[in-house]
Amino acid sequence: MSRIGVFICHCGENIGGTVDCARVAEATRAVPGVVHSVDYKYMCSDPGQSMIKAAIAEHRLTGVVVAACSPRMHEPTFRNAVAEAGLNPYLCEMANLREHCSWVHEKGEPTTAKAIDLVRVMVEKVKRNQPLQPIQVPVTKRALVLGGGIAGIQAALDIANAGHPVVLVEKSPSIGGHMSQLSETFPTLDCSQCILTPRMVEAARHPNITLMTYAELESLSGFIGNFQATIRRKARQVDEKLCTGCGLCTTKCPNKKIPDAFNEGLSTRGAIYVPFPQAVPNKPVIDKLNCTFYKTGKCKLCEKLCPTGAIRFDQQDELVTLDVGAIVLATGFKLMGTDQFPEYGYGQYKDVIDGMQFERLASASGPTAGAMKRPSDGKPPETVVFVSCSGSRDRSKGVPYCSKICCMYTAKHAMLYKHKQHGGKAYVFYMDIRSCGKDYDEFVRRAIEEDDVAYIRGRVSRIYEQDGQLVVMGADTLQGGRPMVIKADMVVLATAVQSQEGSEALAQKLHVSYDPYHFFAEAHPKLKPVETNTAGIYLAGTCQAPRDIPETVAQASGAAAKVAALFAKSELTREPQVAVVNRQPPPVFSRCVGCFLCQSACAYQAIEQEQIKARDGSVIKTVARVNPGLCQGCGTCVATCRTKAIDIQGFSNEQIFAEIMTL
Amino acid sequence: MRIGYFPGCSLLGSSREFDESVRALAGAIGLELVTVPDWNCCGASSAHVLDHKLSLALPARILAQAEAAGLDEVLAPCAACFNRLSSARAELDADPALRTEIAGILELPYQGRVRVVNVLEVLDRCQAELQARMVAPFQRKVACYYGCLLVRPPRVVAFDRPEDPQSMDRLLALAGAQPLDWNHKTECCGAAFSVTRTDLVARMSGRIVAGAAKAGAEAIVVACPMCHSNLDLRRSASNALTGADHQLPVLFITQALGLAMGLDPAALGLQRHLVPAGPVLSGAPALAPQPAARTRP
Amino acid sequence: MTEPFEPKITAFVCNWCTYAGADLTGTSRIKYQSNVRVLRLPCTGRIDFMLLAKAFARGADGIIISGCHPNDCHYTSGNYHARRRWMIYRNLMDFMGIDTGRITFSWVSAAEGAKWAELVNEVTTGIRAMGPYTEYKQLADAGVE
Repeated sequence: MSRIGVFICHCGENIGGTVDCARVAEATRAVPGVVHSVDYKYMCSDPGQSMIKAAIAEHRLTGVVVAACSPRMHEPTFRNAVAEAGLNPYLCEMANLREHCSWVHEKGEPTTAKAIDLVRVMVEKVKRNQPLQPIQVPVTKRALVLGGGIAGIQAALDIANAGHPVVLVEKSPSIGGHMSQLSETFPTLDCSQCILTPRMVEAARHPNITLMTYAELESLSGFIGNFQATIRRKARQVDEKLCTGCGLCTTKCPNKKIPDAFNEGLSTRGAIYVPFPQAVPNKPVIDKLNCTFYKTGKCKLCEKLCPTGAIRFDQQDELVTLDVGAIVLATGFKLMGTDQFPEYGYGQYKDVIDGMQFERLASASGPTAGAMKRPSDGKPPETVVFVSCSGSRDRSKGVPYCSKICCMYTAKHAMLYKHKQHGGKAYVFYMDIRSCGKDYDEFVRRAIEEDDVAYIRGRVSRIYEQDGQLVVMGADTLQGGRPMVIKADMVVLATAVQSQEGSEALAQKLHVSYDPYHFFAEAHPKLKPVETNTAGIYLAGTCQAPRDIPETVAQASGAAAKVAALFAKSELTREPQVAVVNRQPPPVFSRCVGCFLCQSACAYQAIEQEQIKARDGSVIKTVARVNPGLCQGCGTCVATCRTKAIDIQGFSNEQIFAEIMTL
Repeated sequence: MRIGYFPGCSLLGSSREFDESVRALAGAIGLELVTVPDWNCCGASSAHVLDHKLSLALPARILAQAEAAGLDEVLAPCAACFNRLSSARAELDADPALRTEIAGILELPYQGRVRVVNVLEVLDRCQAELQARMVAPFQRKVACYYGCLLVRPPRVVAFDRPEDPQSMDRLLALAGAQPLDWNHKTECCGAAFSVTRTDLVARMSGRIVAGAAKAGAEAIVVACPMCHSNLDLRRSASNALTGADHQLPVLFITQALGLAMGLDPAALGLQRHLVPAGPVLSGAPALAPQPAARTRP
Repeated sequence: MTEPFEPKITAFVCNWCTYAGADLTGTSRIKYQSNVRVLRLPCTGRIDFMLLAKAFARGADGIIISGCHPNDCHYTSGNYHARRRWMIYRNLMDFMGIDTGRITFSWVSAAEGAKWAELVNEVTTGIRAMGPYTEYKQLADAGVE
């Protein structure tokens, strides 16, 4: 016998201004099974919730419908309130009168009629709700951090310091990421590697952190608190236990013509290499694509020379499976290449470089030991033009967003250039100057006022090479669009920050949402900036959106805090809206005929086979059984079942048919 | 093979040699040119500067006439005509209401079915026919000058790369020439300022000629009558302004290819140029050696 | 005087994408026609197509089914099952004489508030033009107990 209470919220004017709530309450009173139907200004407020609790006691309600905003907003709020009054929280449902009704329709009769319909649908559903108990699952207190740049390192350190084991996986041979390539960082002009390498070493030595470099995520299964991650540890062709990091092999490798990715193609390296001198771990890797032995079968000089015999040409990739409870995504970004600019030479001009290439030129440990030298002929550039917003804020290049860091690093680059080349002339072509952080605008003013960098507001339409120089054609819009032609020795393009290679594929492996630019999507842009819509997977750094180092570090710590909070409980409470296979008294035992179509439909391998046995041990029939710890409650099995033997609690066939019948 | 043909005003006037060379080449490769009946001026720069609907109606009338004559495609050798016809077609394609309005103004049916092509696109398709008839390879270093209207706006003309196009270069390579990589392929020549601001044309075209000479070109090859006019007709003005004495001849692509196919220079209209083309005709000695040119690897 | 026909549209949507997308439509205050009634399901994979027949039996003139875009299903593959099922059921329904033109299958993500409004308006206008689905209308006035 149903005794349903209906509570209709005005939500101030949000619902009340468009829907006639009093009339909805009145119409609902007439529905069989409803014993109490009221309307009120703010149901989610304290007095509103107290009203519900009081009504449950007074009217001995067996079910509650709150007709208000979206259940995605306040279902937990009202379920908590109902639980406090002693009623099972799963006997409370919400009808969406705001996002799906008052906010999208005009005031009038049809809108109120719709509101009445929506409430009646939920009343019929709730009459058929079963009381459910939450399911407890254990939490694996180990974190997986994907990406070993500053974001990943910071998150790993924070989680490790909170007392939990962390596995840090990095796809290149060393941790450090893009920050290790920078020469100096704004706004302090701190040497980037000087502030980064202590963190790198700390991460390597921390007892709670396991470093897996030259490794990638192969596959992931499971759910929050209970993930199984398979990591592919690519073969370095070097036995890390025997290798002492002496570096002899790297100096002796005869094949030295391979473009060095760490130096952004400005220098070359050997086939056996350590990416940079401060690499962590300081163990070399053989580049199999370019190694002479792998291509022709000859050489193996490194193996002959190695004093500890650490080279292993027969080493294979290793697959490692880990149980983890939470994952932090910190896979970083990539820069748009200069070849994306036909108007600037299709990337052919050696002296038209991008921001990261400039960092390598300026770096004391770079290919020119920090001296300003043109990539084409090694001569010092007397005139350098910096072009901001190359590719960013440009729909025709497919990047309508702002890359955030370029205004700051362009000012930094111009200053570094002037510090090294006192007599040189620096020009910056800009659209706007976005210097919004602490001490940031002062930094840009320094470039203009102290270092005499000429800032020209305008864009560059064309760059071409002539007589060993680059002819830069731009305009000065603060002087009426006056055309400017500058003959430069070097041009630095502040190219757009884009999502890391392989982001889409990684997101699909993890079931994490991503935006059209393949940056990973946060669960809510304002209130949940470090979580994703996939429970247990968190975000840190530029894999989510372009940002600078201070913000990346802050966000990484934020993600770590979420992980620590998750690990603070020994058990995780799961929603009980899972599937259940029908069981009946003998002789039928179950409507299930044992076809196991449901098992193949389940994406989570949550359905097992169960044998129903007689007292003597003989098998009567084999039926399906749902593992409530794994079931995610999607209901695909329910729709697949031919005999309607499996159903989902909370979205059962009976409930949905009742909802349809109401309309 | 047959194709609709829209010569436009320049080809019957100051750039008669373009028309002559197109017809001569078409005849040589067996391409029948069917002139659009009762064609009118496309409106050129004047119409789209004065009145939007006029700038659509004039090209639309040409296309409507072509449609009525049962033609699927129209070749417009003049780059400006090509650009105006393509732009009008694209705009009417995107706006059915406007299309109906313009058809009403014309009092002619307009379905928008006729495709507009330029001379490079057509020659590109006939590579086999051209190849088969190469008897006197045009062994010169050439700077291919595309100008603005053949390759821009990229979404409307949908032809070749807007920066550093390659179609003309490919055709000349086929004809035995050595197309050069140079910096002014798509720089503006001054266009219709030829009469009103000859000084601007002298400066801008002068830059282009100087750039070609610097790259080591023995000839500049064009596919647009306006470009030809500014680079050739206004040469004395640009030379006077810069103090240089560039004698680089400017040839139409159809003339260069025609020469390679052994056609009579007179039939190609080469005598009409102001800067003599003599030095690049086969058999004539090459121009004085130029500094080493930068070529595309 | 008869009232102009207003179609009844029943929408079966998934909780994670389309329901959230429809919430976004509300938050963005984008208006659309009010004929639609949304039924929330965990996933489009939950949709047994007998539910559609039931909806028509109860007087729906048009039906919308909408979920996450392929590859983005919150439950990995639920929407693939839905899509495959739809292919088969559509043939079956055609064969049985059900007007499958009245059923719209769509993908609306949680970020596509505007698309949801557009979809609802398009379907409502289309069904209004098709008229009431009288073959199936029952004159049931009894309750559901």
